[in-house]
Amino acid sequence: MTDEKKSCLKGIGLTKVFGLGRQKTVAVDHVNFDICEGEFVSIVGESGSGKTTLAKMLLGLISISEGEIYFQGEKRDISSQRKKQEYWKNIQAIFQDPFSSYNIFNKIDTLFLDCISMRGGRHLPHEKKVEMMTEACSFVNLKFEELTNKYPFELSGGQMQRLMIARIFLLKPKILVADEPTSMIDACSRATILDMLMRLRNEIGMTIIFITHDIGLAYYISDTVYIMEHGKIVESGTADQVILNPKEAYTKRLISDVPKIHEEWDLSTVNYS
Amino acid sequence: MSKVMLEVKELTTKYITRFREDVYAVDHVSLKVEEGKSLGIAGESGCGKSTLALSLMGYYFAPLHYTSGEIIINGQNITGMDPDEVRKSILGTEIAYIPQSAMNALNPTQKIIHLIEDVIQAHNPKTTKKEIRELAEGRFEELGLPAEVLQKYPVELSGGMKQRTVIATSVILNPKVLIADEPSSALDVTSQKMVIKMLRDLMEKGYVKSMIFITHELPLLYNVTDDIMVMYAGQIVEKGTAQEVVFDPLHPYAKGLMGSIIVPEKGLRDVKLTAIPGVPPNLKKPPFGCQFAERCKYVIPECKSHPIDLREIKGDRIYRCIFTEAQLRKVYQND
Repeated sequence: MTDEKKSCLKGIGLTKVFGLGRQKTVAVDHVNFDICEGEFVSIVGESGSGKTTLAKMLLGLISISEGEIYFQGEKRDISSQRKKQEYWKNIQAIFQDPFSSYNIFNKIDTLFLDCISMRGGRHLPHEKKVEMMTEACSFVNLKFEELTNKYPFELSGGQMQRLMIARIFLLKPKILVADEPTSMIDACSRATILDMLMRLRNEIGMTIIFITHDIGLAYYISDTVYIMEHGKIVESGTADQVILNPKEAYTKRLISDVPKIHEEWDLSTVNYS
Repeated sequence: MSKVMLEVKELTTKYITRFREDVYAVDHVSLKVEEGKSLGIAGESGCGKSTLALSLMGYYFAPLHYTSGEIIINGQNITGMDPDEVRKSILGTEIAYIPQSAMNALNPTQKIIHLIEDVIQAHNPKTTKKEIRELAEGRFEELGLPAEVLQKYPVELSGGMKQRTVIATSVILNPKVLIADEPSSALDVTSQKMVIKMLRDLMEKGYVKSMIFITHELPLLYNVTDDIMVMYAGQIVEKGTAQEVVFDPLHPYAKGLMGSIIVPEKGLRDVKLTAIPGVPPNLKKPPFGCQFAERCKYVIPECKSHPIDLREIKGDRIYRCIFTEAQLRKVYQND
């Protein structure tokens, strides 16, 4: 966050419009941001505020209606499949539902071998590959020997999500987009997952974009917080600024919606609409 | 002393797997819920929370089997009752259940009012459609749901709205006990708050007499329920008032769970979250001594040599550990 840090991902006037004419929906509306290298950024908003659409645009999974994305100071070019694949070496994602993130026909080691090939390790000796996979598994506190011949459906949700992080560890992209990685996981494993994301940032220097609806998580983990409402970024700043001194009414509401334990949780403000 | 709505004595239920192995998912659980009170059940995935909920209703279908113990709902002993009989006379009127994916329970081809007609007519066949509509409209308005919802199809409603509709429908017959199994885990924080408000309203207005709330989100339990029970590997490991369990946990597992609480309050960023290492035991071959011994920081050899009994201390507080209260407090202080 210091001034000498280089800009990693920058968006200017990003807009995504779905539909045409009267059916038109503006999902993301002229969003500007500048994310530095090694920064931990959270994007917070309720369901339907356009968080996931924004993430998909950053990943290049859907087209952009208007605006530009700059990756490491240069305009992003994903016009051809080859360029897209080149871009995806730098940006990777973890999604909400670990059960649908896997190819159900591939065993775990096939998944990992694909990752190694993608990083240009196709011709490495087999022992070296096993060593890399073991290292990745131990990063997420799993034992490679126990997993190597398993199919994804034989694992629990928490294990699957951790393996997704192991995959990221093997690929070592510059940017990781984590789209609600903890929402389908119970509270105890959640602390583990968050801790691993922190370590990816601290040990490898990855830039992490963390998307969540729970402002408590965002406050715990991130340096910078962006609050999204109806496709617009309404408030941004460091985590302390935004959560301890919120300016927008929307941010205040998001904070009041999360249950507290040391302060009174006011339920009378609920507005059924 | 107020009336006991639900009493469970030493309930044990098991799953029988394809390979004839027994998995004891609920192991000698005793609990009591009084009128006007709510009980929260916490624990990580696979600790038997949801199985306990199913067992409480006496609703046993293979592979879940009843083994021993007693269930008494509002003075009526339902132990050993036929599941079909349970469905006719107990479910809906005495005890109601909100499953985790409640919103998927709605039939996409029928309007909401049709579901409510089904529910009421199954129990009181003589009720006319007009009476049902009036009852449902009044009830929905009172719970903050617009009456137009009744004439809509499930696809026209948002996730939070569907969840609240299912809750309102399941308590339309004023059950004595409501079991809510993670009613808010698939929702975002804003809808979650609405669901919680609704459950509180139901209790305050007396539509349900008592509630059991199951979740892994401890801050929620703290705000919703009077008592909290922590489960691990099918057993009760700690039970006390919400205040006691959250701020002064005794069992090392409960203590570990409290370390994973995330709330947006000042000072959170200075706290290092502590996850409990390891995984829960395989219940096909449960360890002989303390179930938590493998993951416990304070384990001593005696923990594994004999089964650990529940200890009772002042009030209704119980916990399951080899150490006494004073010993535990001393250990925690030295940390």
